[in-house]
Amino acid sequence: MNPQTIREGYNFAYLDEQTKRMIRRALLKAVAIPGYQVPFGGREMPMPYGWGTGGMQVTAAVIGQTDCLKVIDQGADDTTNAVSIRAFFRDLTGVKTTERTEEATLIQTRHRIPEKPLQAGQVLVYQVPIPEPLRFIEPSEVETRKMHALEDYGVMHIKLYEDIAQFGHIATAYAYPVLVNGRYVMDPSPIPKFDNPKMDNSPALQLFGAGREKRIYAIPPYTDVKSLDFEDHPFEVQKWEQCCAICGSAESFLDEVIMDDQGTHEFICSDTDYCRERMENLEVTV
Amino acid sequence: MYVAVKGGEKAISAAHELLAKVRRGDTREAELSVKQVEQQLPLAVARVMTEGAVYDPELAALAIKQSAGDLVEAIFLLRAYKTTLNRFGICEPINTEAMQIERRISATYKDLPGGQVLGPTFDYTHRLLDFSLMAEGEFSDPSDEAENLTAVPESVSKVLEILEREKLMASEMDHQHQPTDITRDPITYPADRSARLQSLVQGDEGFLLALGYSTQRGYGRNHPFAGEIRIGEVEVSIVPEELGFEIEIGAVQVTECEMVNGFTRHRDGEVKFTRGYGVGFGQCERKAMAMALVDRSLQAADYDEEVVSPAQQEEFVLSHCDNVEAAGFVSHLKLPHYVDFQSELELLRRIRAAEQSDSAKETN
Amino acid sequence: MNREPILQVDNLTKLYAAGKGCEEVSFDLYPGEVLGIVGESGSGKSTLLSCLSARLAPDQGDIHYLTRAAEWVNLYGLSESRQRQLQRTEWGIVHQHPRDGLRMGVSAGANIGERLMATGQRHYGNLRDTAQSWMSDVELDIARIDDKPTTYSGGMQQRLQIARNLVTHPRLVFMDEPTGGLDVSVQARLLDLLRQLVTEMNLAVVIVTHDLAVARLLAQRLIVMRHGRVVETGLTDQVLDDPQHAYTQLLVSSVLTS
Repeated sequence: MNPQTIREGYNFAYLDEQTKRMIRRALLKAVAIPGYQVPFGGREMPMPYGWGTGGMQVTAAVIGQTDCLKVIDQGADDTTNAVSIRAFFRDLTGVKTTERTEEATLIQTRHRIPEKPLQAGQVLVYQVPIPEPLRFIEPSEVETRKMHALEDYGVMHIKLYEDIAQFGHIATAYAYPVLVNGRYVMDPSPIPKFDNPKMDNSPALQLFGAGREKRIYAIPPYTDVKSLDFEDHPFEVQKWEQCCAICGSAESFLDEVIMDDQGTHEFICSDTDYCRERMENLEVTV
Repeated sequence: MYVAVKGGEKAISAAHELLAKVRRGDTREAELSVKQVEQQLPLAVARVMTEGAVYDPELAALAIKQSAGDLVEAIFLLRAYKTTLNRFGICEPINTEAMQIERRISATYKDLPGGQVLGPTFDYTHRLLDFSLMAEGEFSDPSDEAENLTAVPESVSKVLEILEREKLMASEMDHQHQPTDITRDPITYPADRSARLQSLVQGDEGFLLALGYSTQRGYGRNHPFAGEIRIGEVEVSIVPEELGFEIEIGAVQVTECEMVNGFTRHRDGEVKFTRGYGVGFGQCERKAMAMALVDRSLQAADYDEEVVSPAQQEEFVLSHCDNVEAAGFVSHLKLPHYVDFQSELELLRRIRAAEQSDSAKETN
Repeated sequence: MNREPILQVDNLTKLYAAGKGCEEVSFDLYPGEVLGIVGESGSGKSTLLSCLSARLAPDQGDIHYLTRAAEWVNLYGLSESRQRQLQRTEWGIVHQHPRDGLRMGVSAGANIGERLMATGQRHYGNLRDTAQSWMSDVELDIARIDDKPTTYSGGMQQRLQIARNLVTHPRLVFMDEPTGGLDVSVQARLLDLLRQLVTEMNLAVVIVTHDLAVARLLAQRLIVMRHGRVVETGLTDQVLDDPQHAYTQLLVSSVLTS
């Protein structure tokens, strides 16, 4: 919050105010039409495309001096890209940063939703590589926009049908498509499908930024978000037979860690803040 | 018009003198040494060696200096030089598992034996121009901490082999065939994998990057994960016929990328991940990754995937990926085409004259 | 006929250039009726078919269609969304080249199930049962339900395309040279199958063909086109056995090349 802490020669949060206003207009439209992809005049950012430039632009557009920012990548605060983005915003806004989910007013994420349920007033900003859920069925943008306009979504179920026919299961494990507010099919960004249920009727505002593809979309608080499925093959989330090797959680999303060349592996929580807090609580009870 | 041969010769030699002047720039500035290029532009050197298909940092640096920094031209120079070299042997396959690791990352596991070693990388730098580099300053060596963080064990096992052992990954089979040598036998289609990979290694980085990118955007999607990228030195050895055993002749720095791609049912009936492979000389990560994406997209036929996108079309990719061929043929449009063009001119004039006389008749 | 027509075409014109396309075409089509449009290639039959099936907006003229809900709609007054909805529910479109009408990258089962999924069916087991039953109806081996159409022969692909269209029990089917490009023996079997399905399902069909034998076998009524215009219409037997227009006489008497 101390203006002296902002890197010299740069505006608060890097982008100029006109650009931020333009992004906020796109965000307002996105909130008004849940799940609809709003084109916006994405800017070059000092990180490569695909590394979170969309999420960063959204964060830059909404962050204020009183915000408290948390940045995660793969659920963890200590992954290199999260460290890099957090340092960037600390450098260019001077706002407070945190690793604690409940403390953050603004959370930028890549590939995860925190395990701890989000609260009203929190904003979750997703980094999105490919915003178009129909892209891998229909590469042409002209066609996919038309399909959205006409709610021509039969092809989405073709993909799910083929998965079941070939593998006996719906074989999409991440970036699992959802229907937002009963209208738009949306790509939730490459979060594991484990996190999909957290999007449904969340009290937090969820914003999605795709920098390279220049699209913004949103899920306003308390909006229906349904994962596509079949009646006789309902949507299910991943489950592990193992618990977290550190905190023992049986409920969280687990990362596999390889211990030796024989491929012996252990599982640990992907959400480092969640894992740490559980350990602290365990220590207190002991 | 007749161009006098003598006049042409003079014009050419004058052009070369002017080019030399442009290359030298302002003579008040110190001349760039080949050693400086080799030492201070190592990534340019790596690209020229990879696509020039000669491992010689000094010659690559010379080519870069001579081409005034035009890397495609430098690649051409190195390829042309390669033609003049005798082939005295064929080396044994390099063993990248035994690499002296300088950088090694995996995007598929948070932690794994050997660890994540970032090494020297642009990743995670903020792309802000560093004006301090404009001043000639003292360079300070990396801290002990930085050196320690990149210390890695002797041999680091490969991520995809871990998956292979779990039977989750398609195995790369050594079919015990003599690999094709595309420098001796031009590619015929369909090409075998060895010919394909050789062709891709030498292929233009920009072209492969665009094709690889197009697969990520849905034109031949193959669900890639960067399973492992490693950079470091590997030994090169040969088995001379007169000796009959392997002797080490030196070491080369290479970058290798093994991509883990979407799973499918394989011909043996099992469901496993598929894979793509990319490699190149020096530090050439972008090239190795692009190559791995395209190597996988070109395996479409092996997995009965519908071939609908440019990156999946072997003939299209392989016959257009070489920038020496491509630059040559595009630039040849600058050569005189007076005769062909004259024929076209004559024909067009004749057609237009005929149409004008027709319409004149109609209006009458 | 005392019933109400299902499709009314009034003065339809779509021209790319003078004589290229179709011009001032009018006709009525009744439920369960098969109408053949014949003529040489370039006579405008395919353009007409595209206009009729809401895939190509005409320059002039109107097309009215009586929906399943017994409501008359002006085809080109409908939103694109309603047009698509008609195309995938009440109509079928069988292309000459199966490649144009099938998804070649997904299995036969998914090809048949697509329309059902597009109209909201969400039960995998039912989708599969329906696909299998349609495969046997069009004489495809149900064991090949998970194979891609790329592995099918030309005749099998065409039967799959027909199944994919009929699965939503359409009322009106547009066919463009459905037996073109097939071997004679395969053609004959396919024609048999089509005739049987058309009768069983009481389909109204507009079929474009240059092959008079196909027209005679399937169509009750014919429209003969030349240079984009209708030169003769009438009952099939009448037109083929006693052609009035000189061009029709020429067609009937000559072996046509397409």
